Amino acid sequence: MRYLPHTDEDIASMLRVVGADTLDDLFSTIPDDCRRPRDLDIPSALTEWELNDLMDALSNSVAAPPEYKLFLGAGRYDHFIPASLTHLLGRSEFVTPYTPYQPEMSQGTLQAIYEYQTLAARLLGMETSNASLYDGASALAEALLMAIRITRRKKVAVSSLIHPYYRRVVQTYLEPTGLKMVELPYLENGRTDLSRLDRIDDLAAVAVQSPNFFGCIEDLAAVGEKSREKDCLFVSSFTEPLAYGLLKNPGSQGADIACGEGQSLGIPKWFGGPGLGMFASKMKYVRSIPGRLVGKSTDKDGKNGFVLTLATREQHIRREKATSNICTNNSLCALAAAMYMASLGGTGIRELAKLNHDKSEYLKQALEEAGFKITFKSPTFNEFVVESPPNFETTYERLLEKKIVAGLPLTPYYPELTGKYLMCVTETKTKEEMDELVEELRN
Amino acid sequence: MAESLGTTGLILNEPLLWEKGKKGRSAFSLPRRDVESTPLDEELTGDGPDFPDLSEIDVVRHYTRLSQWNFCVDAGMYPLGSCTMKYNPKINEKYAALKGFAGAHPMLPPALSQGTLRLMFEMERLLAEITGMDAVTLQPAAGAQGELAGMLLIHAYQQSKDMDRSKIIVPDTAHGTNPASAALCGYRPVPVKSNQNGILSLEAVYEVMDEDTAGIMITNPNTLGLFEENIKAITELVHSKGGQVYCDGANMNAIMGMVHMGQTGIDVLHLNLHKTFSAPHGGGGPGSGPVCVRRHLEPFLPVPRIIEENGNFTFSEDFSDSIGKLHAFYGNFGVIIKAYSYIRAMGPQGLKKASQLAVLNANYVMEQLKGVFHLPYEKPCMHECVFSDKFQRAGKVTTLDMAKRLMDFGFHPPTIYFPLIVDGAIMIEPTETESREEIDLFIEACKTVADEAEKDPDLIRNSPQKCKVKRMDETAAARRPCLAG
Ligand SMILES: Cc1ncc(COP(=O)(O)O)c(C=O)c1O
Repeated sequence: MRYLPHTDEDIASMLRVVGADTLDDLFSTIPDDCRRPRDLDIPSALTEWELNDLMDALSNSVAAPPEYKLFLGAGRYDHFIPASLTHLLGRSEFVTPYTPYQPEMSQGTLQAIYEYQTLAARLLGMETSNASLYDGASALAEALLMAIRITRRKKVAVSSLIHPYYRRVVQTYLEPTGLKMVELPYLENGRTDLSRLDRIDDLAAVAVQSPNFFGCIEDLAAVGEKSREKDCLFVSSFTEPLAYGLLKNPGSQGADIACGEGQSLGIPKWFGGPGLGMFASKMKYVRSIPGRLVGKSTDKDGKNGFVLTLATREQHIRREKATSNICTNNSLCALAAAMYMASLGGTGIRELAKLNHDKSEYLKQALEEAGFKITFKSPTFNEFVVESPPNFETTYERLLEKKIVAGLPLTPYYPELTGKYLMCVTETKTKEEMDELVEELRN
Repeated sequence: MAESLGTTGLILNEPLLWEKGKKGRSAFSLPRRDVESTPLDEELTGDGPDFPDLSEIDVVRHYTRLSQWNFCVDAGMYPLGSCTMKYNPKINEKYAALKGFAGAHPMLPPALSQGTLRLMFEMERLLAEITGMDAVTLQPAAGAQGELAGMLLIHAYQQSKDMDRSKIIVPDTAHGTNPASAALCGYRPVPVKSNQNGILSLEAVYEVMDEDTAGIMITNPNTLGLFEENIKAITELVHSKGGQVYCDGANMNAIMGMVHMGQTGIDVLHLNLHKTFSAPHGGGGPGSGPVCVRRHLEPFLPVPRIIEENGNFTFSEDFSDSIGKLHAFYGNFGVIIKAYSYIRAMGPQGLKKASQLAVLNANYVMEQLKGVFHLPYEKPCMHECVFSDKFQRAGKVTTLDMAKRLMDFGFHPPTIYFPLIVDGAIMIEPTETESREEIDLFIEACKTVADEAEKDPDLIRNSPQKCKVKRMDETAAARRPCLAG
């Protein structure tokens, strides 16, 4: 096996050193009744060339761009990733180290993550960002738990327009400890109904997502105001951070914590993971933040450098009193996001965000002109909900055969929205492709 | 002594990103604007983030220079105990980047995702067989989330039996994530001490296990690199009092093909694909922490689950007892691909051989270093061996000093100060992918360092000498946190 460097002679000589006769002798401490009665029953080893064929076959049976045109977002977005990013990110020096526990040997990762924290904080308009969490869903759960710790209250209000899967993850995290999540309904215009908050007391946090699951841009300033009224934390969630190239960022609207999914920033869709849990907050809460933080420091000669810091929040020091149980995070994905933000620059991210918005508006308008109804009137970024004519299912199936995925049917997530589809348009879609989609839908 | 691996060479200084660049540069090929600009309500638009504008070469040089300040497995031995820093096969990276995998959208109808679903379905079966457990979820994003999943499963199972228990037993050798995960699930961790042989005794568990204790979290092999020999009796005891047994399987690399974890009596176990199954650590992640369970916990596994119907794969939410969802989608598929590819490339014999050689390498290191560093538990080890700085402390040289000095010889230091029960712990996990020659160089370097600790302690306290920076001041960083520029 090419991954194992030992020759028979190496094994024999090493066994002599340790005083064992056979490799099996090394396992003498394992009681008989814990041993495998027989060999593993898994397929025998494949050569690299056989494996190539197997993996090609598996991956070829998946509908993926560019062959398929996905007008599909809902928490995973189809964005272009520059070849230079993929190339840099593939460097062994980034891919094959562990967490930078030894700063003197890890300055590359540490500076890169410090830069990620900075760019993430700037994008979200927050004072500080951590080094990453697993994904947008666990980031939201962690944010709510942090608010619960800070306020010592046991209840959170969560918009029903936060990604349905995120809300389910939050539920999983809160349930065993008796913490409560109340859902805020949505209004006819596709935004969260904040008036419900008037009837809920003792809140640790109120969480909304913007753009929300329907693609609508929430009135974050209003949420900020409401949460101050309620004296609770304002958690601003997101699934599409590219939006903040164009929209007002959560920090400027009063968010205490901004958290969400960073997959849009240079990370492949990968069937939903790994992505990037982004987590940023006000500096005053820094000691309550979950996960790793990279900070600036100096070496003993006074030279600048970076280290992991405020580790006393973390599980390896604090154990059951830690701010989170997270250890391994999504560092390489954070690095991808930093590279992506650096590649776009301030000028680029603005134009790219506009392009997403404008293309999505183009399709929205074209659909309206073709007689389709746009369900919610609030402004949107790159996703929106459209109503299908009766018997649309067959059209949807026919389009799939033409390798076009015409949005996401919303019924499984919002049973009241039968026949409504969530459409997404990113920079990867051309005008021709949108025209083709509308043409097909007309038929 | 052979020439030291560690040497100095030219690396380049590189400022922070935002200290570079000029307005108007770009490293991104913006797609053609083929639609008109549509204004957005000014109330909603902001100024956009203050990012530097860089050209492609700026970005490439920046990150290439940064990368050269890192040490990594591809450059040299990384014997970081408990982390299983084995070689990460390059072919795995190629598979993860395949268009059909990297481009797979999680919300597509299952009919269009057969390849991804099949891979995950098969992976669950492979991991079930490798561990000897009955059912598997791939949802947890890393080991710690796997632990949380395990705690939630135990909680849900006991609730279904009207058992409401508040404590969980966690040995003093446990990784910090264990008590933290237990606490996240609302359990109060109750510590239990390992015995003079570094393992748990039945008596110790007997003393703390009661009817208000949900169960026990055991790491096996444990973080001292020892197999918990009393595991079977312990699981029987815990079960007899209505408890469940969680096994932290992060150290599975020692026992693949050798131990049948199901037979040890445990109920739930997590694996770290980014350790045992060769997925790279990426400078801190992403990982993947699948959870394997015995039959009685299967109904509680996270949803959706992948099911097979006549050769077709689909998702099912039809498990009313499920603990719910843990991951935004289905787990870190991009990492799972790499581990799957590794298992298929290794086959049954390869995996067993990997474990045997991992154990051989660790015992070899232990044997060669035993007079050099203090060995608190003298018995054959599994995948790692744990020393302490007891011999060196007299001369006021600590584990930390020696760890830093090892860098100058071209090695990543072992894990230090963990497990907590060993004062000044030095935890060495060579893994099976290091050759005898590499290990001999490492041993030689350790001996030199120990020798220097006696003869020239100042040299050690002033190390590292050959890295980009001298010893970093971690205390100052925490006192005045500067987390963004
Ligand atoms: C023994 C043990 N358990 C659990 C973990 C946690 O795994 P992860 O870092 O993937 O969350 C680790 C690794 O850090 C470990 O070494």
